[in-house]
Amino acid sequence: MTLSALKIEALSVRRGERRLFEGFSLAANAGEAVALTGANGAGKTSLLRAIAGLLHPESGAVVFLDASGMSLDPDGARADHIHLVGHQDGLKSSRTAGEELDFQAAWTGAKEGGVAAAIDAMALKPLLRLDVRRLSAGQRRRLALARLVASPRPLWLLDEPMAPLDAERRALLGGLMQRHLAEGGLILAAVHDPLPFPVRTVEVGA
Amino acid sequence: MTLPRALDFLAVPERFMAVSTWLAPVLGALAAALIGAGLWTGVSAPSDYQQGATVLIMFIHVPAAWLSMFGYICLAGASLLSLIFRHALADAAAKACAPLGAGFTALALATGSLWGRPMWGAWWVWDARLTSVLVLLLFYLGYIALRASIEDEGRAGRAAAILALVGAINLPIVHFSVNWWNTLHQGASVFRPGGPTLALVYLIPLLLIALGYMAAFGSLWLVRIRAELWRRRARVLSLQAAGR
Amino acid sequence: MKGFLALMRREFNLAFGGGGPLLALTFYACLVALLPLAAGRNPTQLGLLGPDIAWLALALASLLSLERLFEHDYEDGALELLVMGPIPLEAVSVVKALAQFLAINGPLAFAAPIAAIALGGPVSLAPMAILTGLLGGVAFAFVGGLGAALALGAKRGGLLVAVVVLPLFAPPVIFGAAALDAVRAGQSSLMALTLLAAYAAAAVALSPLAMAAACRNALD
Repeated sequence: MTLSALKIEALSVRRGERRLFEGFSLAANAGEAVALTGANGAGKTSLLRAIAGLLHPESGAVVFLDASGMSLDPDGARADHIHLVGHQDGLKSSRTAGEELDFQAAWTGAKEGGVAAAIDAMALKPLLRLDVRRLSAGQRRRLALARLVASPRPLWLLDEPMAPLDAERRALLGGLMQRHLAEGGLILAAVHDPLPFPVRTVEVGA
Repeated sequence: MTLPRALDFLAVPERFMAVSTWLAPVLGALAAALIGAGLWTGVSAPSDYQQGATVLIMFIHVPAAWLSMFGYICLAGASLLSLIFRHALADAAAKACAPLGAGFTALALATGSLWGRPMWGAWWVWDARLTSVLVLLLFYLGYIALRASIEDEGRAGRAAAILALVGAINLPIVHFSVNWWNTLHQGASVFRPGGPTLALVYLIPLLLIALGYMAAFGSLWLVRIRAELWRRRARVLSLQAAGR
Repeated sequence: MKGFLALMRREFNLAFGGGGPLLALTFYACLVALLPLAAGRNPTQLGLLGPDIAWLALALASLLSLERLFEHDYEDGALELLVMGPIPLEAVSVVKALAQFLAINGPLAFAAPIAAIALGGPVSLAPMAILTGLLGGVAFAFVGGLGAALALGAKRGGLLVAVVVLPLFAPPVIFGAAALDAVRAGQSSLMALTLLAAYAAAAVALSPLAMAAACRNALD
């Protein structure tokens, strides 16, 4: 049973002594994208991490539903049905881009030919033999996003995915995101600039 | 997970503060009474012909060693509660407990050293019990160091709690291994903790003092938890005053 | 399964890369070389304590590169990826500690007999030095990994890991030294070795649970 809908119910998140936001609720279904906006430090990253299960919320719940409306086991859903691409790339600087892509693809359960598709989609061919430390910020971001293509998973949690990319690559990523939505996927993206396609916007930490 | 009913009573900070306001001084008075009584009966007991007046140090040392263990059990217990229930009071209790336990341990080591000196002429003897207690002190110090080195309070508390539990599991192993080590090197040291035999006449003052120490520990612990809770409240207020 | 193998490949690559084993061996050699400089080179005197000190130096040298076990992944965001993967975080911790053992503690174990003999121990001590080095190395890697996970994100990480982990090293140090002493005295080292193996087994079984809990805490 695959993830079809996400429901956030009255979520409150606290970092240290500060309460970032409380009573946050949201519902998203297959084929929908939500852009999360808000000031810096408002809690967009924490919200994404709370959905991904990395953060313990103070109160509230995150529920994952399948196509028939039954709720999925959260741990299973997080292990198999979610991609989280955060601020940081999670790339080891001493390894080559190809090695890192192979690892991330294998780790997230890439489909047959997934790596090749990712290399094509993200134009990574010339970078594969380079050490990660030699890549620019935009190249690293494309490498980190490659696993979205290599391993199909329904829910994408993206933290400022466009930030280091130039206009051409932003359009590329936008196209990928729209294709994902058309195939029934969900996207939650924390952004400062608007996404290159019309999308529902929700403010965090208001 | 939410707290079971039984612990709920003290878990609410306001209620804890209300109870500890009178409980701490009561325990303190009890401690003074018990320790005084214990020392008095100890002094009036016939002094050991071998050790003479230094047997008095035993009255301070032996219960302190018992309390050092008791303190770590309290630390592990509070840590377990703070991990399972994510409860701030349990976390504050653990934080408050560690320096107290370390203090009793240091007292046990210092008086143990003093006790051995007249008998053996050495300022420190690596016998099984003193070595065990020394390793226990290192466990306490490791806990305090870990807590102090992580900036986020919640994270520091939970990491230290895990360490306290790991330490609790390791303590019997350390105790066993040090005793075993001692039997291997038996020839070098015949220092036995209780002296020749722990006569019954000594047992009563020791128990009285041990209970007195426990009451003192309880009293000081309550006071330290209160201080910790106030500190946290003050920090929250100052953050709010500074405006997010 | 594919994910597990990919992780193993990655961890071994990272543990062996950047000269990890060489660094540990060099540090060990420095410790061993400094002992006679401190204690004098009288062979009988040195030989009495030398092998035991070589064993202790092994424990200290294993502290090296413990800090890196989780810290780099934590800093560059890879740990988040590892948490949300196909195998549980406890298993990830086992793989990391295993890689640490193979890259650091294994080579040290094979250097141990050389150190023991150089410091005046009898040649008959060599096999036992390797055996205690390997068994103890398992304990040092897994318990050390626990310290590394607890100290994630802390100031003065390296020193903190040592302070947290060294008291936990006391039992294996005792058992390993006892095994070495038994061989020198011509007695049976079976008891000591059994205890050392038992401690190592307990470390392998229990520390992954604590390592995973500590990692999740650091990410929270």
